[in-house]
Amino acid sequence: MTKINGYTARDRAWHPPALTPLYKTSVARSPRFAPLGFATSLSEETGPVFGHDILGPRDNDLIHNFTGESAIGPRIIVQGRVIDEVGRPMPHTLVEVWQANAGGRYRHKKEGYLAPLDPNFGGCGRCITDENGFYEFRTVKPGPYPWPNGADDWRPAHIHFSVFGHSFAQRLISQLYFEGDPMIWQCPIVGTIPTREGIESLVAKLDRQNSVPMDALCYQFDIVLRGRRQTMFENRMEGL
Amino acid sequence: MKRFNESPSQTAGPYVHIGCTPNFSGIHGIYPEDLGTSLFKGEPKGKRITITGAVIDGAGNTLKDAMVEIWQADAEGRFAGRGGDPAFTGWGRSPGDMTTGEFTFETVKPGRVAWPDGRLQAPHVTFWIVARGINLGLHTRMYFADEEAANVEDPILSRVEHRQRIKTLLAQPAEGGYRFDIRLQGEDETIFFDI
Ligand SMILES: [Fe+3]
Repeated sequence: MTKINGYTARDRAWHPPALTPLYKTSVARSPRFAPLGFATSLSEETGPVFGHDILGPRDNDLIHNFTGESAIGPRIIVQGRVIDEVGRPMPHTLVEVWQANAGGRYRHKKEGYLAPLDPNFGGCGRCITDENGFYEFRTVKPGPYPWPNGADDWRPAHIHFSVFGHSFAQRLISQLYFEGDPMIWQCPIVGTIPTREGIESLVAKLDRQNSVPMDALCYQFDIVLRGRRQTMFENRMEGL
Repeated sequence: MKRFNESPSQTAGPYVHIGCTPNFSGIHGIYPEDLGTSLFKGEPKGKRITITGAVIDGAGNTLKDAMVEIWQADAEGRFAGRGGDPAFTGWGRSPGDMTTGEFTFETVKPGRVAWPDGRLQAPHVTFWIVARGINLGLHTRMYFADEEAANVEDPILSRVEHRQRIKTLLAQPAEGGYRFDIRLQGEDETIFFDI
């Protein structure tokens, strides 16, 4: 008999620590006390559920979803699966994405980079995984951009993503990077991840098989969420 | 069985509002409304309350680029999708006020939820905070300062070793509802949870 018994603990040595001085903003925004650990209860094992009724027809098409006209930049498809730590697909999970335009500029009033806005690029999209945990969206490849941290720090091209999973305990925000980008290894935010293996798990792989000729290159990117803890009970004979 | 590592977290960055509350950030026409703006889908049962607060950094500044999400039971302690009040989603998301950074949630006072061993937890609202400079989203809980009897027997509050820090989890009654500030560090650093 298998009993579902909450979620497996988050591996805090695998995630970035709170305080990472080379990413300067973390210094004043990182808790100093250790977080208090406890096994998940119903409050963490439940979470909001979103139906396909919230989605518009162009929500997963960032190339066209702002004005209907095409955004400028290399057209790409990003696809993959949302799975949990034991490899089970996570169906019906909302994935939200946001990014800079192909020139590395965000559509935001506090954005100071001199690269121009693209009048046809809003910069956000969303989709819900299918019954096999599969998701897909279309966009333009974002540009790298400089940011105020060190005197000359640049972010590698990246897409931010937010995933819900099936419970509040699984809630996750992270970033997708692109295979072959040398800027990945120079970025203080990427560098908050303790291991090379961890960083590589956020690098999307170019997939020529699923690219669309004369249209869009495809990148494969799987997202892994926390898994449920399972305890096996043996049926024991009385007295043994 | 093959195991996979959870995707490592990365900061939500300064522009999380573009992705999660685009209408708030001035990007109109993509989604009709920002998700999580309201926890109500009609007239939920229970006592209406307003939760107001701020996320404050180690220098005492209120964050203006944070996103705060809450998840809670309905007035009878049931969750949406598990027999909860159909007029109540239990989930809210706030980008904070444009100028002050303060978040506000119109919700209902949650009922008590069972702990895995059957004991009842005190009424609480689960919080999740992301922002630029926060490398891994922060989980915490808001309890109610005026629920003293329930708080004393709460399975989590009763095991907090630093008793003087419990007050950081207590929302104080204020005009129109409750006030709950989240302090990322410094004196009165909020208790965060590793769940
Ligand atoms: Fe970014």
